[in-house]
Amino acid sequence: MAIFLTADSKVIVQGMTGSEGMKHTQRMLRSGTAIVGGVNPRKAGTDVEFEDGVSVPVFGTVAEAMEKTGADVSVAFVPAAFTKAAAVEAIDAGIPLLVVITEGVAVKDTAEFYNYAAQKGGTRIIGPNCPGLISPGASNAGIIPADISGGGRIGLVSKSGTLTYQMMYELRDFGFSSAVGIGGDPVIGTTHIDCLEAFENDPETDAIVMIGEIGGDAEERAAAYIKDHVTKPVVGYVAGFTAPEGKTMGHAGAIVSGSSGTAQAKKEALEAAGVKVGKTPSETAQLMRDIMESLAG
Amino acid sequence: MDLFEYQARDMFEKHGVPVLAGAVATTPEEAREAAERIGTASGGVTVVKAQVKTGGRGKAGGVKVAKSADEAQEHASAILGMDIKGHTVHRVMIAQGARIAEEYYFSILLDRANRTYLAMCSKEGGMEIEQLAVERPEALARIAVDPNTGIDDAKAREIVEAAGFEGEVAAKIEPVLKTLWTVYREEDATLVEVNPLVRTKDGDIVALDGKVSLDANADFRHPDHEALEDSAAADPLEAAAKEKGLNYVKLDGSVGIIGNGAGLVMSTLDVVAYAGEEFGGQKPANFLDIGGGASAEVMANGLHIILGDEQVKSVFVNVFGGITSCDAVANGIVGALDALGDEATKPLVVRLDGNNVEEGRRILAERAHPLVLIEETMDGAARKAAELASQN
Repeated sequence: MAIFLTADSKVIVQGMTGSEGMKHTQRMLRSGTAIVGGVNPRKAGTDVEFEDGVSVPVFGTVAEAMEKTGADVSVAFVPAAFTKAAAVEAIDAGIPLLVVITEGVAVKDTAEFYNYAAQKGGTRIIGPNCPGLISPGASNAGIIPADISGGGRIGLVSKSGTLTYQMMYELRDFGFSSAVGIGGDPVIGTTHIDCLEAFENDPETDAIVMIGEIGGDAEERAAAYIKDHVTKPVVGYVAGFTAPEGKTMGHAGAIVSGSSGTAQAKKEALEAAGVKVGKTPSETAQLMRDIMESLAG
Repeated sequence: MDLFEYQARDMFEKHGVPVLAGAVATTPEEAREAAERIGTASGGVTVVKAQVKTGGRGKAGGVKVAKSADEAQEHASAILGMDIKGHTVHRVMIAQGARIAEEYYFSILLDRANRTYLAMCSKEGGMEIEQLAVERPEALARIAVDPNTGIDDAKAREIVEAAGFEGEVAAKIEPVLKTLWTVYREEDATLVEVNPLVRTKDGDIVALDGKVSLDANADFRHPDHEALEDSAAADPLEAAAKEKGLNYVKLDGSVGIIGNGAGLVMSTLDVVAYAGEEFGGQKPANFLDIGGGASAEVMANGLHIILGDEQVKSVFVNVFGGITSCDAVANGIVGALDALGDEATKPLVVRLDGNNVEEGRRILAERAHPLVLIEETMDGAARKAAELASQN
């Protein structure tokens, strides 16, 4: 069953005809995703050819694409300056899931379209500045390489793209129900808590890996949520113990401000909630390995 | 990017926030000239303020009242070059003297947890707001601000009332808050703070000291923001990396780090520091994320920057081949080393994993570059890099 994205998901791509959009639409198709359309008002009415004779129609608007194809997921590869407009269009069309891959979106734009969606209701946003999500073997909405790991019963939620790949690789012999890259921006649409809740309720997920990093207090809040609401085993990893105060470490949201947002505080909060936290990605994978083996009895 | 006080003052003025006259000076003579001009409106009295991006400058002696232009010059001479919490003072602001009746506090900032903005307001300004928030939280009003509606008349009233202002003072503060919201929205700020916001003895509301942080992701619609950058203060390696479009942060250790993806690189720093404990406390020398693509050109640029850091004794290249396959990454490393030639002098520990890893390792093994060591795991590679750094 997985979370947010299943074999039944019908996916459209906003910005499909751009170079990143083309490259990743091909990759998504190769991994079995049902890509039912692209959106570009200037190329509406045309078809784009992909490998193996697959032809994907281009629509003028998200609303038209949804009406004609029954799409329920949109993946946006739109340049940062136009991301807000693309998101608002998708929200107005009522798309149930919007995955914003774009990096470098102004935080004001994200704050505006996130709050617009929250007030209107009906659209879950993942990202921006994220690799998207994959339910291996079922569907892939974003840029997570589908060949790292197959399906299984571990759920993964992470602020970081490459750490998502690393963890999937380390645990590829177990496989994943879904892996969700929520992104490292200061404002994101779907949080650790949203994913923890969905994994807790997903009968096909047995245990959860949660990857965080410095900045903000999302991990601390996730820890409090785990303590009260999550019965499945959770293993955690936090990156950025050596990050200096006041410096942005690659992700716009990855910054220790004064004494807040430190990796140490996040680790302590998670451990206090009963989450085992690994010192390195490999050690974290080993902790999950032990759990999966003990669950298998 | 955080602005200096004088830059925040200028930005406030541009949007119509009430501020006092002020000018920046980099020499005592300039300070004197500025004081002569600015002091005329306040009976010759000016304030000489150190321009540093840190708090506590008053306590450190970085703010002095001058009764004459001569005195302003003397104060500037003492303050320029001063060290305040590790920040050298290169500029002072000469500000018009104010006749303060009361000091208040106001800020707008991004509330990451609630994904909205937060306005904070207090009748007790002047002190460090962190201290006020801890000692007298009831004195600090905190009001959520919807990013799409912002601070309109009703919201301004709500904030001012929550902070306990009444009558004429409240009526005078409200429009100032709306104007500060305009600054926040139109400049793509992530923080606008006024501390203190003062009421003068004449009853005017004035932003006496301002702090503004701007969102670098919004630079595309603010061509004027580039000029606000303090390029002189930037680390030379960081400046060189920025020019090449690299995401680089200089740190203090001896192990140079290159990786792909912000999270993986942060994790690499931690793993190196952790492994380095065994080798006399070896630490990472930098953060460098070459992005998901990890092309030969970017790899060469990255290595060039890292090898230009005299503190670097060994380099750890940690790449997970996700979108890019490991053979392309390996070719990138080989190509980068060939391009660098004799410039490459430090041992390079390479850990590749992921997509097409066997082919990537084969390419590196076949090239058999004398400086390159291949390690299979991230933890093992970190150990090796730390060990090599301790020996060199």
